[in-house]
Amino acid sequence: MTTIPAEYGLVLATVLFMLGLISLLIRRNIVFMLISVEIMLNAAGLAFIVAGSRWSQADGQVMFLFILTMAAAEVSVGLALILQIYHQLKTVNSDEASKMKG
Amino acid sequence: MSNLLWLIPALPFAGSLILIVAGSKLPKKYVPLIGSGSVGVSAFITLLIGMEFITSESGSVIKQVLWQWIDVAGFSPAFGFHLDSLSLVFIFVITFVGFLIHVYSAEFMAEDEGYARFFAFLNLFVGSMLILVLADNLLLLYFGWEGVGLCSYLLIGFWYQEEKNGSAARKAFIITRVGDTAMAIGLFMIFKTMGTVNLVDIQGQATSVWTVGSYEVTLIALLLLGGAVGKSAQLPLQSWLPDAMAGPSPVSALIHAATMVTAGVYLIARTHVVFELAPTAQFVVGVLGAVTLLMAGFSALTQYDLKRVLAYSTISQIGYMFLALGIGAWSSAIFHFMIHAFFKALLFLAAGAVIMALHHEHDMFKMGGLRKKLPVIYWTFLIGAASLAALPLITAGFYSKDQILWLAWAGEKGNTWFFLAALVGAFITAIYTFRMVFLTFFGEEKTQVSHVPGSLINIPLIVLAVLSTGAGFIEVPHSLGHLQWFTDFLSPLLPITIIRPGIESTEWMIQLLAAGLSIGGAGLAYYFYGVRPSLHIQIKNAIPQVHNFLLKGWRFDSLYDWTFVKPFVYLSNVNKNDLVDWPFNALVTVAGFIHRLFAFTQSGILRWYLIGIVVGAILILTLGILI
Repeated sequence: MTTIPAEYGLVLATVLFMLGLISLLIRRNIVFMLISVEIMLNAAGLAFIVAGSRWSQADGQVMFLFILTMAAAEVSVGLALILQIYHQLKTVNSDEASKMKG
Repeated sequence: MSNLLWLIPALPFAGSLILIVAGSKLPKKYVPLIGSGSVGVSAFITLLIGMEFITSESGSVIKQVLWQWIDVAGFSPAFGFHLDSLSLVFIFVITFVGFLIHVYSAEFMAEDEGYARFFAFLNLFVGSMLILVLADNLLLLYFGWEGVGLCSYLLIGFWYQEEKNGSAARKAFIITRVGDTAMAIGLFMIFKTMGTVNLVDIQGQATSVWTVGSYEVTLIALLLLGGAVGKSAQLPLQSWLPDAMAGPSPVSALIHAATMVTAGVYLIARTHVVFELAPTAQFVVGVLGAVTLLMAGFSALTQYDLKRVLAYSTISQIGYMFLALGIGAWSSAIFHFMIHAFFKALLFLAAGAVIMALHHEHDMFKMGGLRKKLPVIYWTFLIGAASLAALPLITAGFYSKDQILWLAWAGEKGNTWFFLAALVGAFITAIYTFRMVFLTFFGEEKTQVSHVPGSLINIPLIVLAVLSTGAGFIEVPHSLGHLQWFTDFLSPLLPITIIRPGIESTEWMIQLLAAGLSIGGAGLAYYFYGVRPSLHIQIKNAIPQVHNFLLKGWRFDSLYDWTFVKPFVYLSNVNKNDLVDWPFNALVTVAGFIHRLFAFTQSGILRWYLIGIVVGAILILTLGILI
């Protein structure tokens, strides 16, 4: 079994992260923004896994488990918020949800 | 017994506290019981301590230190009392006359809705005044000094619904504050040079610290005089006292005649060592007294308001006390203070009863013929008036004023001008006093009597009338039997006036002159207001400007209005937007601007915030890498 160099994994994680970030910035739909955040979280998780395998340590996998748990919690809260926003504003466009303008 | 000393001021304070806290809830009949009762018990304790003091060997003092008040860097005034013969005279007058006035007020103020408030303030006043005269250091004296000033303010403005009473109260407070500031500076200077404010220490060390007539001691004496002049309504700070008559009559009797206004006399007598070291300042005291007694006397001749005549008369009589202090006749000044407290309190209380009987009519020209309707008031007022006019032999006022006249003539520091001023003053006093008597009680009745005063008003009047007559016999001049109880009583503390040699033989001539002038003045008043009442109107119409000038109290109010009040109001108007506020307002403007700038970034659009976070993260990371 040939090992994949750690650099490849990290590059993949960076690309994933940037994709998530860019889509987070350009999307107006809150549901898609939530998905983008999930992508970024998984990119971070991937970086942990790669680093863990590079140093042959279990810490990376443990951190991924944490991220997974947190992501699950975040999604449940986030979806609940999105439902509330839709319920109140009849839209999922984040630009229109600007009631808290200073 | 002497360790009960602290109770004398503490009881009125306790009475005041009870009345302030629970006065409105107490049944009405308990209010005067607490108010007069506390002062009455104080008076009783004063009597007991006074007996012990007199029977003990002369020159002894009673000291009682309650606690250390302040103790920092050598400045350690105690909260302590010091009773010597001078304080004893004062606490005697304050508690006894005070008690009689409280009893009088129980009936006089009975219809007033501020009944409990009145007694609370009056008790607070008595307590503060007792602190003033019992204090063993100048700082505690100053505490009492300000306390009585506050009570004077509260009681002049007692009927606060009327605007003019409020402004009279403020006027009194502000003008006396001018003097008090001078006194405070004098106090600081005493501490700076001596390192102590204790009165006994000052008395003991003054001669070793200062040389006679040195610049510093003169300045201190003049600053102390400033405080005395403000409180005692002497020139040039006298203009508040006539307006202070806006307060109820018992207040005028207690505060503005018998006790508080003589605090200046007490202060100068108490610090007489300082004044003896500063002959210039002492001479100024005498000059101020002489000028004030004449000016106020002339003003009193023209007043319409019964209480204002008495107010100017008070200024004039305190002028006599200042004159006595100025010539070093210390005990004569204190003697005149005591007698004046008796007869002037009597006159004010009687005037208050007259005014109450006539539906709050103050104008003497609308009174008249009250002799038959109010016999008790008439007789007591007549006795008080006789004492004020110093009718010879029978009245106490004769003995006290005669002593000042004699010493102004014969004393080492007296001179002809002082003597002439006092003599003319005595003549004017007799005229305006009997002008009051004839206008109020003789002639035809002009206003109906609506209310005849009861026994609570009559009894204090009778007691004070007895004192105004009898109290003079404790000090009888050489030519009439020579009795010096009062001077001897004060002599260990206050030095005896030195008389110029070879002048004793003229004493009976001075007395005859004074007696003749006071009887002559009374006779003149009878001629003007009893025999030919039209004459004074003719005179008034012949010289209206002079009459108006005197009626307005030598136009001092206008003078101060032009020199102080108007410029002050003008400057206040200029500075309406407060110069000092500018930097603070600028701070507010800048903060507001920055706030709006940041508020602009709070657009409510989520993606802007995200960009903010990303840019921030990149910046921090870049910095982290670079550094």
